[in-house]
Amino acid sequence: MAFTILKRGFDISKQIDEFLDKVSESGLIFQRGIHSYLQGKMESFKKRLEDIYEIEHQGDALRRNLEKQLYLQTLIPESRGDVLELLESLDALLDRFKGALWRFDIECPDFFPEIHDDFEELTLCVVNSVEAIVLSARAFFKNISAVNDHMHKVIHWESQSDIISTQLQRNIFSRKEMRLSHRMQLRDFVRHVDKIADRAEDVADKLGIYVIKRSL
Amino acid sequence: MFAFFLSSGLFLGWSLGANDASNVFGTAVGSKMIRFKTAAACCSIFIILGAVVSGAGASHTLGKLGAVNAMAGAFIVAFSAGVSIYLMTRAGYPVSTSQAIVGAIIGWNFFSGSPTDYTSLQKIVGTWVLCPLISASIAVVFYKLVVFGIKQLKPHILTQDALTRLGLLLVGAFGSYSLGANNIANVMGVFVPVSPFQDISLFGWVTLSSAQQLFFIGGVAIAVGVFTYSKRVMETVGEGIISLSPVDAFVVVTAHSTVLFLFASQGLESFLIRHGLPSIPLVPVSSSQAVVGAVVGIGLLKGGRGIRWRLLGGISSGWVVTPIIAAGFCFISLFFLQNVFEQDTYRPVSYLVSPKVIERVAQAGIATDRLRALEDKQFPNAVTFKKALSKFSPIPSKDLALMMNTAEIHPMKITATSLNTLSRRDRRISAAQKKDLARLLKHSFMHKWELADALSAISPDWRFNHQDKKHDQALSQTLAHLYKIFDTGQSDPARSNR
Repeated sequence: MAFTILKRGFDISKQIDEFLDKVSESGLIFQRGIHSYLQGKMESFKKRLEDIYEIEHQGDALRRNLEKQLYLQTLIPESRGDVLELLESLDALLDRFKGALWRFDIECPDFFPEIHDDFEELTLCVVNSVEAIVLSARAFFKNISAVNDHMHKVIHWESQSDIISTQLQRNIFSRKEMRLSHRMQLRDFVRHVDKIADRAEDVADKLGIYVIKRSL
Repeated sequence: MFAFFLSSGLFLGWSLGANDASNVFGTAVGSKMIRFKTAAACCSIFIILGAVVSGAGASHTLGKLGAVNAMAGAFIVAFSAGVSIYLMTRAGYPVSTSQAIVGAIIGWNFFSGSPTDYTSLQKIVGTWVLCPLISASIAVVFYKLVVFGIKQLKPHILTQDALTRLGLLLVGAFGSYSLGANNIANVMGVFVPVSPFQDISLFGWVTLSSAQQLFFIGGVAIAVGVFTYSKRVMETVGEGIISLSPVDAFVVVTAHSTVLFLFASQGLESFLIRHGLPSIPLVPVSSSQAVVGAVVGIGLLKGGRGIRWRLLGGISSGWVVTPIIAAGFCFISLFFLQNVFEQDTYRPVSYLVSPKVIERVAQAGIATDRLRALEDKQFPNAVTFKKALSKFSPIPSKDLALMMNTAEIHPMKITATSLNTLSRRDRRISAAQKKDLARLLKHSFMHKWELADALSAISPDWRFNHQDKKHDQALSQTLAHLYKIFDTGQSDPARSNR
């Protein structure tokens, strides 16, 4: 019986780790996908798109399975609601990465070369913010006292994203020779990507509360 | 008839299961770490084991408080305790069988005119005050240790959850075992002297005495109480006073189980005595007080903000009200049973101040002028005798107890039949002791101390030596048993003389 209880906990903790790996990987794929798109390497971009689709699919399956097991086996009753919310919020970040890449594929926005570097930097900040929230979530599960070591980085990367996003939008709208519709489309893309960092910050805020609730 | 009288004990057992037993797993179930059914099953099995294997420990202190000496009286005492616990359980308050049974015994004492041993009462009530305090202190220390351990080991949230769950089950099982061992005497203790069961051997390697068979039946009644009626009190304990995290629940169950074990373990007591350390009295403590003490201890450690003081006040009032309800209900029921149904609810104990009683008291170095004034007078019960003794000025309680014990009439005769009963089935008396008793064949005694004196004149093994507490304890238990065996049931002194 003791062995079963411990094994059950161990299996689920492995699945949580796998799920967090997927969220983290999705950020890296997103970053490479954007790079390929901006470089015009459409074949590589399509590959990243397939990869992120696959990862999102696996992430969803893992999340559903985790939710089911946490409820069926009434694990961590005092924090189950918080853990499920955390997993869902992280899954939503993964979805946003996938959604952004799909939007590139569907709309094929024309990013002029002068903003490529800034857009890649924005992508990097967003991916870093998600990476920081993944590390915070890992710490929440494994070493709760270390959560704050990572959580402040989420806030840092989110504010950096805001700065770059504003700069990019100014740059886009300063191009009077471009059609307004084109400028608005590029602005939407910038905002869409920047939003991912905002959502990561929201997750960090919730995580802060969960940590307080679990602190001994 | 025995089965009918036993029914009140079973009802009391059911109440104990519905109330006290829920204390063990209340926090675990309340914090949703263990399912009610799992908790109830584990609790039932270990309560029965505790009752059967080590149930005898705490019964003696209760016996000293008041010796209920008639079957119908025992029935009412157990029934009154059961009713008062049932009422409190219905109200959702965690009370204790110990409190109810003590109240009921005092009610019987009042009705029968028997003296209440205030030293034992003080000892028991003292534990009711001490128990929550000890439990709260243990909970605080355990909590600090557990938090330190978690901070050092940094387990995964799910590993911590699994370990806490496992810990709750193990400690809960330990707590249930201790509860069975500590509290079964409350339920079945009064029926042991009149048990009709014979010793039975299971597969030739374990023998169940008649008391253990009774304790088993009591244990089953407790288990039924756990399954049928304990959920509500579990919820009050688990969620009512303060919201508990699983780690808190683990600490509460550990503190509660430790307290129960401290007050129930004969093994621990003999270990302390063997090493010359002060021993812990084996008193049936209140498991509710232990668990509430632990919960409040943790609540206070966390700053006390989450504690629902109003509910706690309600629970504490319940602790005061329960013995009063039990005593009142017992008194009224005894009155009805005696006068309406014409049942003997007690056997009158009378007192005779004979010259030999006065001499015996004088030997103990106590002034006998009061007794001399009452020489050759007989008193129908303890209350009138006590009144007569204390008429002019109060007597120190220790001297008064000695005078009353010496003058108590308890006619006994050592007959061939009673000796045969001893030789055949009584394993509490050794072969050497049986031989000593055989030398007193056909002797009659009017007072208990006369038999004790006669035996100590035969062999030094029958003497109290005041150095070996364990020997003295065993001897007093053996003597108490013999007083019952050789009891002639006649309180008329004219018919029994040496």
